[in-house]
Amino acid sequence: MVFAVTMFSIMVDLPKIPINFEYKNIKIHKEIGGYRLELFGGRIKRDLEIKKGLDIAGGVSVLLEADMSNVNSSDRPEALNSLKNIIERRVNLLGISEANVQTSQSADRYRVIVELAGVINATQALDTIGEVAQLDFRTESAKPQTVEIQNEDGTTSPYTIPNYDKTDLTGADLRKATVVFQNSNGIQTGEPEIQLQFNAEGTKKFREITQKSIDKRVAIYLDDKVVIAPTVQSAITDGLAVITGGFTIDQAKTLATQLNAGALPVPVTVLEQRTVGPTLGQESVDKSVYAGAVGLLIVMAFMILYYGRLGILASIALIIYGLITLALYKLIPVVLTLPGLAGFILSIGMAVDANILIFERIKEELRLNKPLSIALENGFGRSWDSIRDANIATLVTSFILFNPLDWAFLPTSGSIRGFALTLALGIFISLFTGIIVTRNLVRVFFHKKI
Amino acid sequence: MIHFMKFKTQYFLFSGIFLLIGIFSLIAWGLKPSIDFTGGALLEVSFDASQEDIDVADISQTVSEIENIDANSVQFIKDNKNYIIRTNSIGELQKNEILTALESKYSKPEEIKFETVGPTLGKELLVKTAIAIAIAAILILFYVAYQFKDKWYGLAAILAMFHDSIILVGAFALLGKLFNVEVDTLFVTALLTTLSFSVHDTIVVFDRIRELLRLRPGAKLEDVINEAVTETLSRSLNNSMTIIFMLTTLALLGGSTIKWFVVALLIGTISGTYSSTFTAAPLLLVLDKWKSRKTKS
Repeated sequence: MVFAVTMFSIMVDLPKIPINFEYKNIKIHKEIGGYRLELFGGRIKRDLEIKKGLDIAGGVSVLLEADMSNVNSSDRPEALNSLKNIIERRVNLLGISEANVQTSQSADRYRVIVELAGVINATQALDTIGEVAQLDFRTESAKPQTVEIQNEDGTTSPYTIPNYDKTDLTGADLRKATVVFQNSNGIQTGEPEIQLQFNAEGTKKFREITQKSIDKRVAIYLDDKVVIAPTVQSAITDGLAVITGGFTIDQAKTLATQLNAGALPVPVTVLEQRTVGPTLGQESVDKSVYAGAVGLLIVMAFMILYYGRLGILASIALIIYGLITLALYKLIPVVLTLPGLAGFILSIGMAVDANILIFERIKEELRLNKPLSIALENGFGRSWDSIRDANIATLVTSFILFNPLDWAFLPTSGSIRGFALTLALGIFISLFTGIIVTRNLVRVFFHKKI
Repeated sequence: MIHFMKFKTQYFLFSGIFLLIGIFSLIAWGLKPSIDFTGGALLEVSFDASQEDIDVADISQTVSEIENIDANSVQFIKDNKNYIIRTNSIGELQKNEILTALESKYSKPEEIKFETVGPTLGKELLVKTAIAIAIAAILILFYVAYQFKDKWYGLAAILAMFHDSIILVGAFALLGKLFNVEVDTLFVTALLTTLSFSVHDTIVVFDRIRELLRLRPGAKLEDVINEAVTETLSRSLNNSMTIIFMLTTLALLGGSTIKWFVVALLIGTISGTYSSTFTAAPLLLVLDKWKSRKTKS
């Protein structure tokens, strides 16, 4: 059983290793490792790779808070949800493959957490996501304003531009904006247009606005800046408006994106932002892995020097521990952060704890002149209580740090969770390798001598 | 068997010195909270490698000249020759202003890391962290009380836990004074881990004391404790040694990002190992003597 688990772990752990071998007439080109997991007839598929957290892969994480002061308390959860959907849509517009948008709600705080892996241009990403974009519609006011426009020859001439009055129609009422192509008598002419679709409330408001503004302009504002101000040709009653105006396809797309993106139901503010460049994380990982390897060798040397043959077995168990742990990281999958990596390296040091407890017990039993076979079995049997009791406290702490139930009164942070998870996993796996694996190894290798 | 408990005054004295240093550092200098708790921004930049080291005061002035941005501190990291600029809480656009200003004076500034935390969030985290520590301490307390069904064991374990926490927190007050080390959420994580490690070792010693008491009813507590400590000391030391090996290599060879986190774990582990054997066990003895004196009088 132990052997099977180990072999399986090795299979999972193997990265993709291309084998290119040529010798006279023998040619081998093959890739081993890098397996995919397919369960339930392929319904669950996953490339077996360790997922890197933002602090390792580089990326941006933003915590946004929604200002719900103008929303009825009963509508707030829905507003938060639609906020999340819109942000997801914006993120998709950016073409970011590994994005994670989550909501968090506690008492009267409504928040959205956005995590984008590997984003290099954070400014663009943040702009797109939610620099408080508020969309609203305004009608032409009776009094236009006159501004002086500078002519090419340096003189100025008056120019009349319309003033706009605010209405109650906002981005929250816009369901979506899409680019369509003009149809005349069923034939596509290829002229791009922007189609606006309103929800029920928006349809009503837009009907009232357009009825009052025939042959006048209705301006669409994004963050208090005019995006476009088309002239109303007729009252629109079905909540389906089309803006034409000789756009190029690109212009139309940008505009539609702006309108879609602008349709945030509530204003948001950035509470927290963390950006990590891709080099910093990788550098730290390389150093940590090197440090971990050196530490592992020291621990193994220590165990062998101190416990002799038993120490060799404990070292083998430790290597099996490492293999199983990595395999589990890939299978679960654990998102590996830098503190998580520290947790893993720490857990290697702790993993031999069970072995040390057992070996010390065995030594004591031998000191009492018991035969080796009984000393071995007693050592394993009697140590269990201590091992279990001692580890429960660490598990309790991991539980609080991981905060699996998302309790709002506890801190939740990706990197701390990473640490708690690797620490807790480390305890469970080390109980398995420290007790079951070592016990079997001891039975196999010491059997002949007894 | 070694007569460990004969030297209990020395153990307490030794602990006392460290506790005093810790408490003094804490009162004199306090902890340096990171932006996680205070709110603010942190920008780590690197410059063209060919460039001579830049004066941090120079950078600080360049940054502070920008409207609405105050450079609280600029720090040079020897490991990777990066600079860390700490300012008030700023947004993405203001960060870009800093980068532009730096670019106009120095060669090729590159953003390595940028973090900004709003001031309200910092306060919120502080409260949440305090709750997390309280819950962890209470749960561990209940666990120890349940495990030993004797409040004196529980009390001794908890006192040892406090001992470790004060030493760790005090050490960071000192490190903050000496090396500008900040206390962030990772430090709290290390503190909580230390709490559980501390009890971890203590439980192993206490388990053995209880077992021996059961085996020889009527034996003197002092003798039993001596025997239990003798029996568990090599285990306790060996186990901590392996953890200390891993943490030391990580602190020395690992990257700068988690260095202080690892150092915190290291201090916690060392203090936890010491306190289990040389604080918790003698405390048990002292508490027992005090208890019997009280019942006699």
